[in-house]
Amino acid sequence: MGRRVLLIEDEPNIIEAISYLLSRDGWTVHTHSDGETAMDKVRQGLPELIILDVMLPGRSGYDILRDLRADPATADVPVMMLTARGQARDREMAQSLGVTQFMTKPFSNADVLESVRALAAS
Amino acid sequence: MISFNLLILVSLGYVVFLFLVAFWAERRAARGRSGWLRSSTIYTLSLSIYCTAWTFYGAVGYAARSGLEFLTIYLGPTLVMIGWWWLLRKLVRIGRSQRVTSIADLISSRFGKSTALGGMVTVLAIVGTTPYIALQLQSVTQSIGVFALGSGVGSGGGWQAGDFNGAAMWVAIGLAVFTILFGTRNLDANERHHGIVLAIAVEAAVKLVALLAVGIFVVWGVAGGLGPTLALIDASDLAQWRPEPSRWVGLIFVSGAAFLCLPRMFQVLVVENSDERHLSTAGWAFPAYLLLMSLFVVPIAVVGLDMMPAGANPDLFVLTLPLTQGQNGLAILAFLGGFSSATSMVIVATLALATMVSNHIVVPSWLNSRTPGAVVSGDVRDVVVISRRVSIAVIMALGYIYYRLSGGGAALAAIGLVSFAGVIQVLPAMVGGVTWRGANRLGAGAGLVVGFTVWGWTQFLPSFGVDAVISRAVFEAGPWGIHWLRPQALFGIEGMDPLVHAVFWSMFLNTGAFVVVSILTFPNPLERLQGAQFVNVFDYSTGARAWSQSAAQAEDLLVMAQRIIGGAEAQQLFQAEARGQGKAGFLPDVTPEFIGRLERDLSGSVGAATAHAMIGQLTEGQMVSVDDLIAVADETAQIMEYSNRLEAKSAEQDRTARALREANEKLTALSIQKDAFLSQISHELRTPMTSIRSFSDILRDGEIEDDARKRFAGIIHDETNRLTRLLDDLLDLGVLESGQVQLNMGESPLSDVLDRAIMATGVDPSALRITRRPANEAVTVQTDLERLTQVFINLITNAAKYATAAAPELRIIVRQLDGRVMIDFVDNGPGIPPESQSMIFEKFSRLEDEGKAGGAGLGLAICRQIMGNLGGQVDYLPAQGGAAFRVSLPRRMDVAAQ
Repeated sequence: MGRRVLLIEDEPNIIEAISYLLSRDGWTVHTHSDGETAMDKVRQGLPELIILDVMLPGRSGYDILRDLRADPATADVPVMMLTARGQARDREMAQSLGVTQFMTKPFSNADVLESVRALAAS
Repeated sequence: MISFNLLILVSLGYVVFLFLVAFWAERRAARGRSGWLRSSTIYTLSLSIYCTAWTFYGAVGYAARSGLEFLTIYLGPTLVMIGWWWLLRKLVRIGRSQRVTSIADLISSRFGKSTALGGMVTVLAIVGTTPYIALQLQSVTQSIGVFALGSGVGSGGGWQAGDFNGAAMWVAIGLAVFTILFGTRNLDANERHHGIVLAIAVEAAVKLVALLAVGIFVVWGVAGGLGPTLALIDASDLAQWRPEPSRWVGLIFVSGAAFLCLPRMFQVLVVENSDERHLSTAGWAFPAYLLLMSLFVVPIAVVGLDMMPAGANPDLFVLTLPLTQGQNGLAILAFLGGFSSATSMVIVATLALATMVSNHIVVPSWLNSRTPGAVVSGDVRDVVVISRRVSIAVIMALGYIYYRLSGGGAALAAIGLVSFAGVIQVLPAMVGGVTWRGANRLGAGAGLVVGFTVWGWTQFLPSFGVDAVISRAVFEAGPWGIHWLRPQALFGIEGMDPLVHAVFWSMFLNTGAFVVVSILTFPNPLERLQGAQFVNVFDYSTGARAWSQSAAQAEDLLVMAQRIIGGAEAQQLFQAEARGQGKAGFLPDVTPEFIGRLERDLSGSVGAATAHAMIGQLTEGQMVSVDDLIAVADETAQIMEYSNRLEAKSAEQDRTARALREANEKLTALSIQKDAFLSQISHELRTPMTSIRSFSDILRDGEIEDDARKRFAGIIHDETNRLTRLLDDLLDLGVLESGQVQLNMGESPLSDVLDRAIMATGVDPSALRITRRPANEAVTVQTDLERLTQVFINLITNAAKYATAAAPELRIIVRQLDGRVMIDFVDNGPGIPPESQSMIFEKFSRLEDEGKAGGAGLGLAICRQIMGNLGGQVDYLPAQGGAAFRVSLPRRMDVAAQ
């Protein structure tokens, strides 16, 4: 069955790349591409790890992160944020909201895998 | 007999004593302890300068010659003090509130600060007073002569004319020095002279005591008591004397009027008055003084006539009676009394005249000779002081010269009443001025000229005697035979007493001219103002408050200065001044130097004219003249203009600041836009790059099945294209936005352009059915055909992207209007939500499901830029069912307009 990771991302090609990468590493990858309903998706079945894009249709990744940390049920789930907006203030914003790992696009597959493994182990 | 030298010694001693008294009073006043010096007693005594040597010696002579008629000289002032008290009070109040410095100043101020009137009254006063000064010099030298004769000084046992003249000259010089010393010591803004007033009060006491002493000696020491004296009076000619009513009325009127109008009387009555309430004391005390002065006149005259050898001068009985009785001490006292009477009159009269001459003749001429508008506070002071000193000397010299010319004879004796009658020509203007608002400058001038002329013709010139100035023929037949102009029978009315005749006609014609001219002419505005202030002085001024001058004034000045230069600065200035004067506290004495400095300081803030007018108002109570007002108005206008300019400038600055603020906001907004744009571009670039990198990582790793590898290579290829498209769009947009587009003009039917666009999009008709009306598309357009095609492609691609309907359809409708072509693209998709319609033409404004759109959101922004470059536009048409865009452009593009 493997361990569950939830990928919230709206760019199809990136979804495909990450899914392929993690599946091959033994993860069960659930994907979701709408910001508005992302929280519902999380609550349906708590994943071991969430990979979250910032620019999502409907609702931004920051808002979703805030909700995750505000809800006791989801507050402890590690969140890895991936964003194409890699400016310093985006990183600060994410950290102030309690992100576990922040990563800018484009990323190297090795880095993603390493981070996912580290987060899952902790 | 008294040694002549002793007499000279006593006289000198007395003079030194007076100097000391005056000096002491000045010192006291300077230290601010003038209270006692300004009591009602001193005031009443100072009024006694009315009683001159003419009264002291002359009253006895008058009684000896004309019986009780001498009483009229005392009755006039007594009636004024009692019956005309209201007028006196009004004059004093006006004098105080207007800071009047002399009778000439009173007339001049009342009639609109008329320089001409002031000068006229001054001349009148000099003409009327000079003989009187001569009379005093004569009486002093005559009294000295009596002693000289007795002690055998001089050649041949008596004085020669030269000795008399020498004595008169020394007396004149001494008096001039005294007056200059104590009359011009300081330019008190109020023209008050503590030293002189106290000195003349002392002299008043001396002369009263002297006359009473002589009287008591004569009645009880010579005549042998009251009874015998009365018997003597009964037996004398005086008992036979019958008063002549018209002459009595005339004389009482003249002396009463003179009491008000004589410059020296005005000086002590009004100018030197420090407290209105002193008047009520003087109202009974001064008549009492006069009563005492007149008490022994008749006994001395009668006893003198009885005792002295025939031909003895009754004018000197007061002196000669004690002398013949061997009462040397009493004789010296009597001499000092007469000396006091003469000197006090001369001092005050000279001082009053000098003030008038300097204020109304010298200073105005001096100011006129200067360039107008200059600020003159410092210079004027020197001019005033010098002119006043010179005037004192000149007036004294005039008196002396008059004395010499008149020969010192009996002619002088009659001059007293003639002087009175001349001076009282001021009365109508004065009384009218303070009681009748209709009185005006021209009326006052006319009255003065007429009255003065009539007085000169009917009294002054005839007083020198028949054939002296006016010939007997003129006396009897009139000038040039004009009968009704005879000097002593004007208008043919004969038989009147010459004095009564002169007084009646001069006063009658004077008053008549004054009233008639005043009624017929109009006063200027300042006269009206001054008229109201004078006539209604009790409404305008405060009650009988004593002039606690320096403190109150300094406080007023401080309040004013605070308003102008600010509280702290003003207090600092005043405190520094007070320290400089060695005073504790923060209120300095109001010295002319301080006023000058203050004026300079204030003029820095409000302008010279305004500062001058304001300070003048507070320190001298002077009305602001029309010239002052005009100067103030000029200054105010300048200040206002300056402040308007400042305001305009500050408005301009406001506008500039606002423009800068707006520009700054625009820049900030632009900078935010730029940041957002860069951030967007970064996102748009990074997204495809992320896929490319990730998949290329996967491909490089190997161990991958063929299908997947092909698929991943395809994604990399697509994403690379996407990146290229994005870069192309960005560059295109940059060029379009910069406005430096190279247009490639061509001409083609619109249908061909649409065909090419539809073909380029490669839209599958099953995915999107495109309906057209070829008939309408026959129009030929002349424009950059490639760019237009690019717009069409964009719109068609958009319709294809968002086509969610069951049977997607795009209708292309072409219309023409006024040389323009409109092409509508209407699809049956979901359309653009109203809240987004306004921003779809912005860069990166992609609708949410960007995955589908596949572009970077630059398409519509580029369309809008292209249409702008083609002289047309692209708009969103709301409420058309689906999305609807309208492209409109000129059919033939005017290239020159680009």
